[in-house]
Amino acid sequence: MSRSIYFLTPVLAIFLTLFGGGIIFFILGFNPIEALKFFFITPISDLYGFSELLVKATPLCLIAIGLSFCFKSNNWNIGAEGQLIFGGIVGGGVALLFYNHDGFYVLPIIILSGAIGGMLFAMIPAILKTYFNTNEILVSLMLVYVAKLLLDYLVVGPWSNPEGFNFPETRQFSESARMPILFDGLRIHAGIFITLITVFLSWLILYKTYLGFQIKVSGLSLKTAKYAGFKGKTMIIIVFMISGACAGLAGVGEITGPIGQLHRNISPDYGFTAIIVAFLGRLNPIGIIFASLIVALTYLGAETAQIFLQVPKYTGQVFQGMILFFLLGSDYLLFFKIKFLGLKKNEL
Amino acid sequence: MSFDLNFIGILIGAIMASSVPLILAASGELITERSGVLNLGVEGMMIIGAISGFALMVVTDNLFFAVVGSMLSGLIISLIFGLLTQSLLTNHVATGLALTIFGIGMSAMIGKNFVGIPGKEFPLLFVNLKESIPFLGPVLFGHSIILYFAFGLPFLTNYFLKKTKTGLIIRAVGDSPTSASNQGINVTLVRYSCILYGGAMCGLAGAYLSLIYTPQWIENMTGGRGWIALALVVFATWSPIKVLIGALIFGGITILQLHMQAVGLRIPVQLLSALPYIMTIIVLVVISRDSRKIKLNTPTSLGQIFYKEK
Repeated sequence: MSRSIYFLTPVLAIFLTLFGGGIIFFILGFNPIEALKFFFITPISDLYGFSELLVKATPLCLIAIGLSFCFKSNNWNIGAEGQLIFGGIVGGGVALLFYNHDGFYVLPIIILSGAIGGMLFAMIPAILKTYFNTNEILVSLMLVYVAKLLLDYLVVGPWSNPEGFNFPETRQFSESARMPILFDGLRIHAGIFITLITVFLSWLILYKTYLGFQIKVSGLSLKTAKYAGFKGKTMIIIVFMISGACAGLAGVGEITGPIGQLHRNISPDYGFTAIIVAFLGRLNPIGIIFASLIVALTYLGAETAQIFLQVPKYTGQVFQGMILFFLLGSDYLLFFKIKFLGLKKNEL
Repeated sequence: MSFDLNFIGILIGAIMASSVPLILAASGELITERSGVLNLGVEGMMIIGAISGFALMVVTDNLFFAVVGSMLSGLIISLIFGLLTQSLLTNHVATGLALTIFGIGMSAMIGKNFVGIPGKEFPLLFVNLKESIPFLGPVLFGHSIILYFAFGLPFLTNYFLKKTKTGLIIRAVGDSPTSASNQGINVTLVRYSCILYGGAMCGLAGAYLSLIYTPQWIENMTGGRGWIALALVVFATWSPIKVLIGALIFGGITILQLHMQAVGLRIPVQLLSALPYIMTIIVLVVISRDSRKIKLNTPTSLGQIFYKEK
């Protein structure tokens, strides 16, 4: 019973968000039903729109899967955006290095280096947390801005396109450095397979391995984990590495997929939005797939609404914020059940 | 290049002006965090304050209403955070992030019709003194009243936290909510008040940006200042006076960048911009290594949910 409520409250949160969004549209003088239709139905009413939905869900799902490892074990990595950007920087650097190479090996090397980049960047807050006792929330957050500024420096300065009239961007990557497109005329690319494989692997790790067991126990009760003799430090570093690698993969998937070069804005805050995805999906691999599709729709909806209703593109964030508000709020329904089981709320 | 004294004075004045939103937001957040609540929604509350202040200025043509209204709207939006974290016991980190994301979106929606409208001139005090005294004139005079308030605020906050009973209660709630609660203190009420105060100060910080610093409305105009303010509270190890010093350093870096570009120095601007974040990480490492130091400085229950058994 309590388990079904656990997965039903996200649905409740989505309905409340639609309702709240309708009210906001009404206050701003729009017909709420029509505005919501532009936001949530028009964008995916054709094949191109559906492909765009998957293009946006691909990085969101990937990052959220990685974050679920951290959040499940009570490690607050909120710097996935920085890890995504750093992965993009490393992957992009390798892509520029192999600019004149042409071979099947180019893309895998780029993807791998992006994942390693994200992983190394995530290890900074992990190592500082384990060895210096620093707060991972603040460190991972600060590093987002460091990564953004590093990217800015590179695309304006040393990596900028020599024939680019000083635009803040690198060259377009060569064909062999691009993700294969799955269907002609659509933007959906092979990165979706990386995401799906990651979802499957993470399910295996979380539910079928000793590490997954450790992660879950540490999340439920740190005391129990200590009593069981789990090596906390190693686990903290591993979950950050997994989550950073996923974010790095998402970054490299973006630059070799839809973007095809490095520039200032390689991510519309996917790293932050993925936090909402992870929560909405209840830190469960299957749940996260559904959640990533719904949150991706808010990105698309904002673009459609920008065209048809002349509202700013940031409108999507109103919905993203509301989803998380309502989701967190409706968790209160679960609270007394969980108290009954003898767990504290923040160990959920 | 000759450095005349008056130029340096003007430079210091500019640094002071750019540090005002940081001082206001960080001082507000400091009180919130001292009560044990970590609100990552600073950026969201600031931007709501910025648009509310600007919109009210355009609609009512009254700067007083604009300033008070921006504080009220910051307070109202922080009430969402308070309701969720204090009454519905949600996770502080996730709720704060949601507040920032929501605030940026909401401000853009409200601000849709205010883009491109020119701002109104905000009255500056002692303008004649600014011009007549070299060096000290541009440093001390010719600023808005909000700047003077911001520079007094850290001292007031310091006095409030250390010397008054209410300040003591706030610190007690932040350091040990259970003991405070056993002493008969209403922890939830104290935390609510601190959250609302933080919201009002962040709203004022936003209004300073949209009414005085760059008097117009631009989408996402806070541009990460809320996150710097959050960093600043940690950088200052939760001490109000150090917030003032930190804000001047961080504000100084902003102004320095502009001038370095003009002078043509070879240090990348991005490295300078990254300095506040890197310095904050270093400070965090230094204070966290020593468990005694972190106990002295950090509100012990920061970010933890308090639930009173009934």
